[in-house]
Amino acid sequence: MSATFLGMPGSFPENSREAVQNSQLRFNLRKATHTIRDKRASVVGELPDWQELRAAGKAIKDHTLRNLDRYLIQLEAAVTEAGGTVHWARDAAEANRIVTDLVKATGETEVVKVKSMATQEIELNQALAEHGITAYETDLAELIVQLGDDFPSHILVPAIHRNRSEIREIFLDKMPHVSADLTDDPPALTEAARLHLRERFLRSKVAISGANFMVAETGTLVVLESEGNGRMCLTLPETLISVVGIEKLLPSWRDLEVFLQLLPRSSTGERMNPYTSMWTGAVEGQEFHLVLLDNGRTDVLADEVGRQALRCIRCSACLNVCPVYERAGGHAYGSVYPGPIGAILTPQLRGMSSELDASLPFASSLCGACYEACPVAIDIPEVLVDLRAKAPHAAAEKAGMKVAGWILNDHERLARAQRAATRVRKLVPKRLPGPLSAWTDTRDLPEIPEESFRDWWERNERA
Amino acid sequence: MSAREEILARVRKAVAGAGDVEIPRHYRADRQGGDLVELFAERVDDYRAIVHVVPAAEVPGKIDECLGERRMIVPDGFGREGGWHDVNTADGVVTNCAVAIAETGTIVLDHGPGQGTRAQTLVPDYHLCVVRADQIVPGVPEAVARLDPARPLTWISGPSATSDIELNRVEGVHGPRTLEVIIST
Repeated sequence: MSATFLGMPGSFPENSREAVQNSQLRFNLRKATHTIRDKRASVVGELPDWQELRAAGKAIKDHTLRNLDRYLIQLEAAVTEAGGTVHWARDAAEANRIVTDLVKATGETEVVKVKSMATQEIELNQALAEHGITAYETDLAELIVQLGDDFPSHILVPAIHRNRSEIREIFLDKMPHVSADLTDDPPALTEAARLHLRERFLRSKVAISGANFMVAETGTLVVLESEGNGRMCLTLPETLISVVGIEKLLPSWRDLEVFLQLLPRSSTGERMNPYTSMWTGAVEGQEFHLVLLDNGRTDVLADEVGRQALRCIRCSACLNVCPVYERAGGHAYGSVYPGPIGAILTPQLRGMSSELDASLPFASSLCGACYEACPVAIDIPEVLVDLRAKAPHAAAEKAGMKVAGWILNDHERLARAQRAATRVRKLVPKRLPGPLSAWTDTRDLPEIPEESFRDWWERNERA
Repeated sequence: MSAREEILARVRKAVAGAGDVEIPRHYRADRQGGDLVELFAERVDDYRAIVHVVPAAEVPGKIDECLGERRMIVPDGFGREGGWHDVNTADGVVTNCAVAIAETGTIVLDHGPGQGTRAQTLVPDYHLCVVRADQIVPGVPEAVARLDPARPLTWISGPSATSDIELNRVEGVHGPRTLEVIIST
């Protein structure tokens, strides 16, 4: 992917204004999110103990985060004991440098990749390209995004904004050996992807992955996938490098029994995803490197309200139920983490210094559907509200709020202000002037009554 | 300060004073009984895999029938002679499994005797797996308890598939596009 998310201009309202005008995009998104929503509801409904699993998942993650230092050290020891090498990266630049050096040491200039949010977050492909190393995405949706020179727009299905005929166009344009009579039938498209990648899998000496889970107790890494591209990358190359966020940890082997039920049902709406690979250290003669990534996670951990975002297992259920995401699409969020979880994760990981990042906590109607759907019970609306308070606000808004606070804090002041307002009610415009217009652009001013309730009450009590 | 020390210090500072959390485990685990063969067969079939339920004595004949003229990889320890050796030119692979899960229709390979290496069960386009009825457990917790994390594990639920085009499951990307399961009772 040559495109890069970092430094993307604009704000969520600006980006989404364009997106909602795109009827093809809205149609694709609506169809896809409603398909997955129905599937998810049906397989979640099958489990009588879903809420108990959800409670356990939440508690396991919270316990892990509370004791993260201890579990990271335990994981490091277990992976090392099993023949793997553990590296630590404070930020994206450090992680990219570690991976680049590891690839260079093999002498290879091509790597195959398993779909990974962490490597997208640090923009590893671009970093490798700067050193003459080409990274090939092998997940079908990532391949569509990479070949289409496009941005991912969904955590699980990065090409969710594309329908089958658009995918066919991309394949015809960018795959060298594809036949001109390729149809837009999904099995035909997947066959084209299979043939396109087959040779590359068998030839590649280095693979790069992320992981869904790491088990501190045993040093085991876990990758869930559907296509078998993950298995190809994890199994065939001589060197495997996994870049994993430090929050992906689970304390014990047993904890997988919870998450292997929560994740597939929440993400693709299946009882189980087609393939899950688990490996501990260096396996079957392969060289294994694990890069543990911070990149802002410890900042999130330090925030008492916001730290619950680190429970996220990247299932994307919150995207699929979000009325804002369904209409705006993933690109408007300007980050690899779109949708409700992105609206709380991105501003915490990157800070709110850019206009885009500061606008993300407002990219929600606070309807709460995301919280309901979340398999680890992240209270996304709570974090959104907390971040809104922390986001930078315009001077006029801050001054207005300060005055309002001063008046509302004292009942005598409030009564005087209300009487003053009723006297000038005919003069108040429908829309506020100057910098205050930002408020009335999206809201109606309330009608000012002829008499305040307090005055009415007083008059009638006396009568 | 090394990256390791710095990250660990930042973690400790971030959570200092936070209370620990008890983990409630009130979900279903350690289940016994039920007709697991029937449920497992139904759930595997849901993934559009091919399922046969066969008495143990008839399994060798059923395997012959399934294999036909295919050039098959027969892993060490499977209990059959011969077989093809080159994964790149083989038509298929026949294996046993370590555990199977009824509720999710999942087969787990730990790549022990009779189960082949990870590459052998991945590269050929056809996978025939023989599951003994006593290997089927009710759900995910029971399977996790039986598995050895020190071994490489491959969990398989139906043939290779993708949901990347309009979020509908389509069989057949990079792994075996045909999965056939013989349940030996």
